[in-house]
Amino acid sequence: MSWLSLIFGEKKATASVAKERLQLIIARERVGLSGPDFLPDLQKDLVAVISKYVKINPEDIKVGLEKQGNFEVIEVNIVLPEIR
Amino acid sequence: MATIITITSGKGGVGKTTTSASIASGLAMRGFKTAVIDFDVGLRNLDLIMGCERRVVYDFVNVIQGDANLHQALIKDKHADNLFVLPASQTRDKDALTEEGVEKVLKELEHQGFDYIVCDSPAGIEHGAVMALTFADEAIVVTNPEVSSVRDSDRILGIIQSKSRRAVEGREPVKEHLLVTRYSPKRAHEGEMLTYTDIQELLRIPLLGVIPESEAVLHASNQGIPAIHQKDTPVADAYLDAIGRFLGETHPLRFVDYEKPGLLKRLFGGK
Repeated sequence: MSWLSLIFGEKKATASVAKERLQLIIARERVGLSGPDFLPDLQKDLVAVISKYVKINPEDIKVGLEKQGNFEVIEVNIVLPEIR
Repeated sequence: MATIITITSGKGGVGKTTTSASIASGLAMRGFKTAVIDFDVGLRNLDLIMGCERRVVYDFVNVIQGDANLHQALIKDKHADNLFVLPASQTRDKDALTEEGVEKVLKELEHQGFDYIVCDSPAGIEHGAVMALTFADEAIVVTNPEVSSVRDSDRILGIIQSKSRRAVEGREPVKEHLLVTRYSPKRAHEGEMLTYTDIQELLRIPLLGVIPESEAVLHASNQGIPAIHQKDTPVADAYLDAIGRFLGETHPLRFVDYEKPGLLKRLFGGK
């Protein structure tokens, strides 16, 4: 805090931060109340399907949700066993 | 036809009961036969805010379970004609509010010629809150200019849009109104507090009114007189305006703009 603000007092204008945070969280909760909740089930199903063709460990499939601009992207990462 | 108005918010402590008491009183002052029901079973407070706590004999749950009839349980308000209070039970479990039971009581009130039935919802999104909004025709969502309140209001709007009878039966949706309470024009002006337009933009429902933060609310609850009766205070006037708008009148918003105090006022004080 500078000496000027010590004398004149300084109020923090934090309302704009509040608004921005609310815009994001509300938008997310509106579309996605059921959103990320299904990820564990999706992961289980993916393991089952892929296991039919390749032998993998359940933890070799990683499912995540990412926000890119206005889109939500489901990212699926499957690590195949090393070929010896 | 009786119109059922639910006063709700999700978050606690934002002014639901204060608003229920004032909205119900305001409607009664306009000549409508009005009942206000406390849905907060186990934590009843509407009786205190209305100043009728010593006259409670039977309650909402007694009527639902047939231990008393509606006539015995309704308490006539001392400050407004046409107004009756149905208190919540203080000892029962929230599950005592069954959907059939609540519907039966509401139907009976309608049968007795009530124009408006105001339902004071408990906080949260559990059974009691859902029961309070199930039969709503209109909903007044009470919101403070503060992040957790705005988020919870949005959540409760989602529940109104999915769990109300009107939604379930695919009828015309519940009419939603935003009421911003505990508003400080000065802090909003200085960018410290969300403005009422910010909140409206976020929640995207029509604004019914803005109630300023005021000492008058505490004075009112201390005495058990609904805030709308605190004559010539900004709070009472803001509630009276909100009632007018609810009934379809046009009233410009008051008490929302910050006026810098003049030199005299700063020197000699005054509110």
